[in-house]
Amino acid sequence: MIEIEGLTKRWPGADRASVEDIFLTAPEGTSCALIGPSGSGKTTLLRMVNRLVEPSAGTIRIGGEDARAMDATALRRRIGYVIQEVGLFPHWDVAANIATVPTLLGWNRARIRARVEEVLAMVGLDPARFAARRPHELSGGERQRVGVARALAGDPPVLLMDEPFGAVDPVQRAKLQEEVLRLLRQLRKTVLLVTHDVAEAVRLGDAVALLRDGRLIQHAPAADMLAHPADAFAAEFLGADRMLLRLALFPVAALPVHAEPSPGPALAEGATLRDALAQMLSGGTTTAPLPGGGSITLADLLAFAGGGMGRA
Amino acid sequence: MEWLRTHPGLFLGAVGDHLLLSLTGLAIGIAIALPTGIAVAHRPRLAEAAIMLAGALRTIPSLAVLAALLPLLGVGFTPSVIALALLALPPVLVNTVIGIRTADPAALDAARGLGMTATQQAMRVELPLAAPLIFAGLRVAAVQVVSAAALATFIGGGGLGDLVTQGLALLDTGRMLVGAIAIALLALGTEAALGMLERHLAARVRGA
Repeated sequence: MIEIEGLTKRWPGADRASVEDIFLTAPEGTSCALIGPSGSGKTTLLRMVNRLVEPSAGTIRIGGEDARAMDATALRRRIGYVIQEVGLFPHWDVAANIATVPTLLGWNRARIRARVEEVLAMVGLDPARFAARRPHELSGGERQRVGVARALAGDPPVLLMDEPFGAVDPVQRAKLQEEVLRLLRQLRKTVLLVTHDVAEAVRLGDAVALLRDGRLIQHAPAADMLAHPADAFAAEFLGADRMLLRLALFPVAALPVHAEPSPGPALAEGATLRDALAQMLSGGTTTAPLPGGGSITLADLLAFAGGGMGRA
Repeated sequence: MEWLRTHPGLFLGAVGDHLLLSLTGLAIGIAIALPTGIAVAHRPRLAEAAIMLAGALRTIPSLAVLAALLPLLGVGFTPSVIALALLALPPVLVNTVIGIRTADPAALDAARGLGMTATQQAMRVELPLAAPLIFAGLRVAAVQVVSAAALATFIGGGGLGDLVTQGLALLDTGRMLVGAIAIALLALGTEAALGMLERHLAARVRGA
């Protein structure tokens, strides 16, 4: 759990605070995506949590402990940290990179080795093939996986991610997002994630916090925020296609099933309402067949979308 | 070559003196430049001042440095070594500062964010990443020192330069040529050997 209260950062000589009086809580095992235009203070906010930036005022509690009262290096070893450029150490192999925090924590060699293999497998890299490789021998996607593995190696309860998939190509990115999301849910990590991409924010964040000029504009569950932006700025930032993004958050099971069969290929297992709409549009139909038989209708879909959070 | 066959002892002695001069000068230069570079690299103002000073030092011809030291320190081995150390300073200092300042900022951010102390960041990440550039500075310094050590003869420092000056004075072309060629080969050899080591090091650090 991360609790942020009245957090403020004022850089010397700046005419306004870069982060001003922010209250934000990420409950245990949930993720919160920080979004906002550049200069909104989202990265500064993130970097205050592990004190790469020292706050000017306010408190941060990690699992109930006052982060500002702790030794900064000890604090950081208990917080996973993933950045866009990954920042792997080029002179070390993958295993040594991942072993960074366990080594700093003074684990013995056997335990470190076992942990390196464990986290490599978690991020979908075969330890036998990758442990001895050097960062320059990896693709962009593999590098980012190693970055995530390195952040998880010390088994921190909390993870900070700054544009973690920004440097990965779009095809890889979707796959990586999916896998990391599943992994973090399974490990019950509490995650704070910075991104400028609204689609990524609502996909990865249970909750989304929208910032502007260092202030928190809105903090709400992803689907809520997309349905009800707090103000004109929020609506504009979330984009005109926000209802489409929102449809992608719900499985087709959210709609009532009609027994009548529908023409065309059945929707894929795990398809979202957005996939269903896309199929109806491309086929020129008002119904879409479900993989298990039966169908859903456009009318129900529109009613669901229009109902905001009303139905589930 | 005739001269070399008749005076092997004199030749080897000169080579030995030359290497001793060069290595001592280089070692002192590095011992001063490396820690200074590390100390100022994170202080932008001092780093800039150090680079400017090194640049100024670099523009003074080696012979002028020797001549300037003559009234201060007299003649012989010590002033020659000091002059050579001054010559080795700028390339090592500048490359150390630049190597540290251009080390991958993402790797440094990660090192700090994962909980390394300042010393751990410097020893485990920063200096290894700066090593290829530091070593390049060392190579430049070594080649310059080996060449410039030939001038030590003018203030009685000894070395292969002695063979050249003696050859000139005695109109002994053989002796002069042996000295001159040996100096050139020594400089070329230093460049080649350290260049190879440098590429090896760069490949280890950056991968390529």
